[in-house]
Amino acid sequence: MRADRFKPCVLTANDLLAGDVVYLAWNGTWTRSFRAARLFEDEEEANRRLADAERQEDAVIGPYLADALTGGGEGQGLRPAHFREVFRATGPTNYPHGKRTGS
Amino acid sequence: MYRYNAFDREFVRTRVAQFRQQVARRLDGSLTEEEFKPLRLMNGLYLQLHAYMLRVAIPYGTLDSRQMRQLAHIAERWDKGYGHFTTRQNIQFNWPKLTDVPDILDALADVDMHAIQTSGNCVRNVTADHLAGAAADEIRDPRPTAELLRQWSTDHPEFAFLPRKFKVAVTGSPVDRAVTRAHDIGIRTVRNEAGEIGYEVIVGGGLGRTPVIGSVIRDFLPEADLLPYVESILQVYNALGRRDNKYKARIKITVREHGIDAFRESVEARFRVQRKEFGGADQELLEEIRAMFVEPDFIRAPTAPFESALASDPGFTSFADTNLHPHRNPDYAIVTISLKAHGATPGDATADQMHAMADLAERYAHDEIRVSHEQNCVLPHVHKRDLPAVHAALRRAGLATANVGLVSDIIACPGMDYCTLASARSIPIAQGIATRMEERGNEREIGKLKIKISGCVNACGHHHVGHIGILGLDRAGVESYQLTLGGDGTQNASLGERTGPGFPADEIVPAVERLTDTYLEHRSDEHEPFLETYRRVGMQPFKAALYPGSATSTASTPTKGGR
Repeated sequence: MRADRFKPCVLTANDLLAGDVVYLAWNGTWTRSFRAARLFEDEEEANRRLADAERQEDAVIGPYLADALTGGGEGQGLRPAHFREVFRATGPTNYPHGKRTGS
Repeated sequence: MYRYNAFDREFVRTRVAQFRQQVARRLDGSLTEEEFKPLRLMNGLYLQLHAYMLRVAIPYGTLDSRQMRQLAHIAERWDKGYGHFTTRQNIQFNWPKLTDVPDILDALADVDMHAIQTSGNCVRNVTADHLAGAAADEIRDPRPTAELLRQWSTDHPEFAFLPRKFKVAVTGSPVDRAVTRAHDIGIRTVRNEAGEIGYEVIVGGGLGRTPVIGSVIRDFLPEADLLPYVESILQVYNALGRRDNKYKARIKITVREHGIDAFRESVEARFRVQRKEFGGADQELLEEIRAMFVEPDFIRAPTAPFESALASDPGFTSFADTNLHPHRNPDYAIVTISLKAHGATPGDATADQMHAMADLAERYAHDEIRVSHEQNCVLPHVHKRDLPAVHAALRRAGLATANVGLVSDIIACPGMDYCTLASARSIPIAQGIATRMEERGNEREIGKLKIKISGCVNACGHHHVGHIGILGLDRAGVESYQLTLGGDGTQNASLGERTGPGFPADEIVPAVERLTDTYLEHRSDEHEPFLETYRRVGMQPFKAALYPGSATSTASTPTKGGR
């Protein structure tokens, strides 16, 4: 999923119990909100946290680093680079379920 | 229909109990995810994009009201109030919590259902014609054969780790509604010249990234030889099938690499040995199974309410035009319940709708419901006098959409809204096309036209055999949709041909409109359906409409999608 050259990214996985998409937050906990995700701009740190996450089998499944974009377009903040990650961050488009609940 | 015996019940309950312990061991850390994953997959539990997904088998698409109500109950209690009927006669729940799954499996076991072998490299849910046991054109009900195959393949120790997944479909009619030619093994019930009933056996069909129309390996197999013959095919495949490359592991590649003649010789050689191993117990079992698929106790009554509704109620007439199919009892009809309301998600039914279908089946349809690979439900046996009442009840439940076989009756896989394998979304494309077609109001003028959409090359949405096929791809980080034309999943099976370059998401609906407009312009008359017009006039006019002013509108493009 990631090109060879390191790009800014977030650390994401699925929650063990609910299967929901989660992100590593700045305080080291897992959050459901993409906006609360910690942005990694340093490759070594990202890989270190990924290795940590791989050991947290009691909490999450299949952690990986997903490219993210910052700034730039129309004052937007942190956002996923690929449309697949946009859907993971926002939930299915056909029902107000999962991450779309209440939105 | 088939009822579990003590053995079936014990087997399913034991598996649930085992899985309950496996979940507990995953949660307490005694099993790693790597160890747990194959165990959950053996029980139909996938991890999808936003949640777990539980795939439940509906063997040969047959349900009774009790089972449908239990599916509704599961949707309400443990999911988000709906279920998704798939192209392989399964139902998927998109939001179960891991800790609830053992309870869901117990609830399924309560009504003789399970999720075993709905994943993994084993023989999957055996599918059949959804009009089985009811269609006027049928030679024989294929479901006892399908049930025999289900029992034989369930937990078969020799075939638990095949090179790849293995799908079998059975039809009892010369009209193939089960897509038998796109299955690993397709079984068609036929009569030989002496009038005896047997099977035409087709092998090595499949869609996916390398679509193949299956080849006939035996044109007439006596009924009693079915299990030894199918077992011989599986044994040869198990030995020859490639395990070095996942993309070359399906039997279609094995057959292609060895050639159908050499493959047949190996199977026949194996069969000569294998035949002797079957002492007749399978045929006794088949007879026992057959006795459970007795014809319903058909009502004898006047059909007058049907005729008078046809004469007086245009809404009913339009429903009758598209959603009824001839029953072998002329006083009866087969009712297809469209799960394709314009703008809705193809194949989804809410718990309330499942309850409504269960009530109707119980009251009017001899307690039978079918699920079709086209993601609709069917009431197979409805007396014609009851059709107006059934239609009225369907209307109240939001289930009376009169579009079966029309352009908005679209097959679509879950695509990137749910599936981890998807390259692009399918559902919004289906919604967009159906909504647009309703706005244009010319669906009936267009007539029979099957659109099938897959969100990746794995082709769960059967796009290769859609009259119009749509394949979602990721082109440099953008959703892109490739069109194929002329696919056909029936007894005249053919694979669609690619039209040319794909379209971005916001251009695919207008592109489909140009295709239907081109068809209307070129058809010889209103009785020539899209597929026949396409076969007569070829790709060129459609291409010209899709790519106006482009060099590609006359250039040839390679056939077959999916590479």
